[in-house]
Amino acid sequence: MRKLLALLGVLLAIHVAFLFVRPAGAALPATADAVDVGIVFDLGGRGDKSFNDGAYLGAERAMRELGARVRFVEPGEGSDREAGLRLLAAEGMDLVIGVGFIFTDDLSQLALEYPNVAFAGVDFAVGVDSTGAVIQPPKNLAALKFREEQGSFLVGALAALVGGSKKVGFVGGMDSPLIHKFEAGYRAGAMHVCPDCEVIAQYAGVTPEAFRNPGRGKELALSQFQSGVNVIYHASGSTGLGVFEAARTLKKLGIGVDADQYNEAPGYVLSSMVKGVDAAVFDAIKRVKEQRFVGGIYQFGLAENGVGYVYDARNKALIPDSVRTRLEALRAEIIAGRITVPSTR
Amino acid sequence: MGTLLFLGQTLRIAIPYLFAAAGGAIAERAGIVSLTLEGFMLGGAFGAVIGSFYTESAWMGMLCGALVGLLLGAVHAVASIRYRADQIVVGVALNLFVVGATRFFLQLAFDSSSNSPRVAGFGGEGASGNAGAFLANPLIWLGIAVIPALAWLVGRTTFGLRVRAVGEHPVAAQSVGVPVTRVRYAAVLLSGLFASLGGVYLALDQHQFTDSMTAGRGFIALAAVIFGRWDPKRAGIACLLFAAAETLQIRLQAAQLIPSQFVAMIPYLLTIVAVAGVVGRSTPPAALGKAE
Repeated sequence: MRKLLALLGVLLAIHVAFLFVRPAGAALPATADAVDVGIVFDLGGRGDKSFNDGAYLGAERAMRELGARVRFVEPGEGSDREAGLRLLAAEGMDLVIGVGFIFTDDLSQLALEYPNVAFAGVDFAVGVDSTGAVIQPPKNLAALKFREEQGSFLVGALAALVGGSKKVGFVGGMDSPLIHKFEAGYRAGAMHVCPDCEVIAQYAGVTPEAFRNPGRGKELALSQFQSGVNVIYHASGSTGLGVFEAARTLKKLGIGVDADQYNEAPGYVLSSMVKGVDAAVFDAIKRVKEQRFVGGIYQFGLAENGVGYVYDARNKALIPDSVRTRLEALRAEIIAGRITVPSTR
Repeated sequence: MGTLLFLGQTLRIAIPYLFAAAGGAIAERAGIVSLTLEGFMLGGAFGAVIGSFYTESAWMGMLCGALVGLLLGAVHAVASIRYRADQIVVGVALNLFVVGATRFFLQLAFDSSSNSPRVAGFGGEGASGNAGAFLANPLIWLGIAVIPALAWLVGRTTFGLRVRAVGEHPVAAQSVGVPVTRVRYAAVLLSGLFASLGGVYLALDQHQFTDSMTAGRGFIALAAVIFGRWDPKRAGIACLLFAAAETLQIRLQAAQLIPSQFVAMIPYLLTIVAVAGVVGRSTPPAALGKAE
């Protein structure tokens, strides 16, 4: 038993040591006005083909175009995310970015402790106080938020126009306000172009595991398709890969989320609701570089190209020209403020 | 038609549970705690995808998944039997290890932290969507057969008798010449093999591996074993029951009749009820979790 404990101790020590290993490729020659940026990824890290990769792309562009020096930290399962942020802040980075709403509380706390460091939180969850008023983040903290409901509105309209069965489907990950936002926009979009349509919305579960359950996603999608749905939009992380698998099986269509997911099931992905995480991250770095960084809430919607839907050479064949025209008209109306998209159910 | 769809979906959801519950039942009957089912499944899923990816054959994928299951079973057995480590600690550690290891190798092999490329599965395109292709999947048939086979193994064979003896009273079994250690090794290896096939089914059905894709199914299977009072047949019925509850949840959620959160708790609620002794007496194998 004692041997086992000793072994466990050693393993733990090694594990902790690895948390502080620096990823290679971050050491560029120092220049006088180079911006030092630290990025802590959400669970999944680089290679998630979504959120974290988007942040990486934005940072890479900043390295290329702005000469920024970027350090990346990928916290492992269960390890202390806050430690990664704190490490970067303490090392005197100019800007520390947390990727994912999970960093909300840690960023708020650290921004107060390190008033001279700029912080940015991708998908930062802005809180409201007891009277319902928005709590502004600290002065040195930028909350980078996306109007997912606007992008979802457009793919909702797309689903209803292309589906042609008066029934459109939605598969969410964890049943939570964050995902309800996607559903609300999608529903509003579908109903806008097809008032007598029915939107079937289902969630994979009530815990964070619901974002990583493709088996469940497939079963949900199969039952929706079998009930007459022809197009399903998912906002469910890798659970959505099961939705695409079901679409492939029954020759129906799925709509991706966050990043262009066409490659997950070529020919069966109608479009994807994309979030410009790369643009938001690049923008934040640029502001720091140009010394015009200010904290506050930044909303990236259709007008800012922060959200949108994919329409390119690959999925063109699936979207008729008339539908494309209609969607562009809707986009213009939302930007002009003639359509207000709800963000709650 | 509606009933048929319901039954088909229930069966598809039940297959991974049936495999894992079979694995749980055999190990627990031999006196070894089976918290590792989740890890076995995830390991099996990953092995299947690696095998299928490099050989482009679902059969080879199945073989690789099963090998990973045997390997993990061996680790569990050596730690729990040879070194007499606390079986619950070993179980938790092994599950965490598999989550980390699969993610590590996923990154190494496919340069992605989230999912593998598409691999070959059984029945070609259309598998599990329509009835014919669904029935062409050998893992469906294996999954249906595994519980009756296990019931026969545990209830009717010398090996099964020994497993039960070892799980109830290892000292007594030893005194009449049963090789306790060897029987336990065999039971845990079989446990790894069975449970990993549940993961193989999941992965090949999705045609890819996704980080942590088993999503707690191993624990539901363990709940089924406990709910079934460590009897293979009853555990199998519990699996079908849990799967039916899940199917019901999917259908009810679409109809928006009752909150999905409520239906989601049914398996756990049933298990607590079972363990609390409401449905007859629930007694685990007497030597479960004990080193001797």
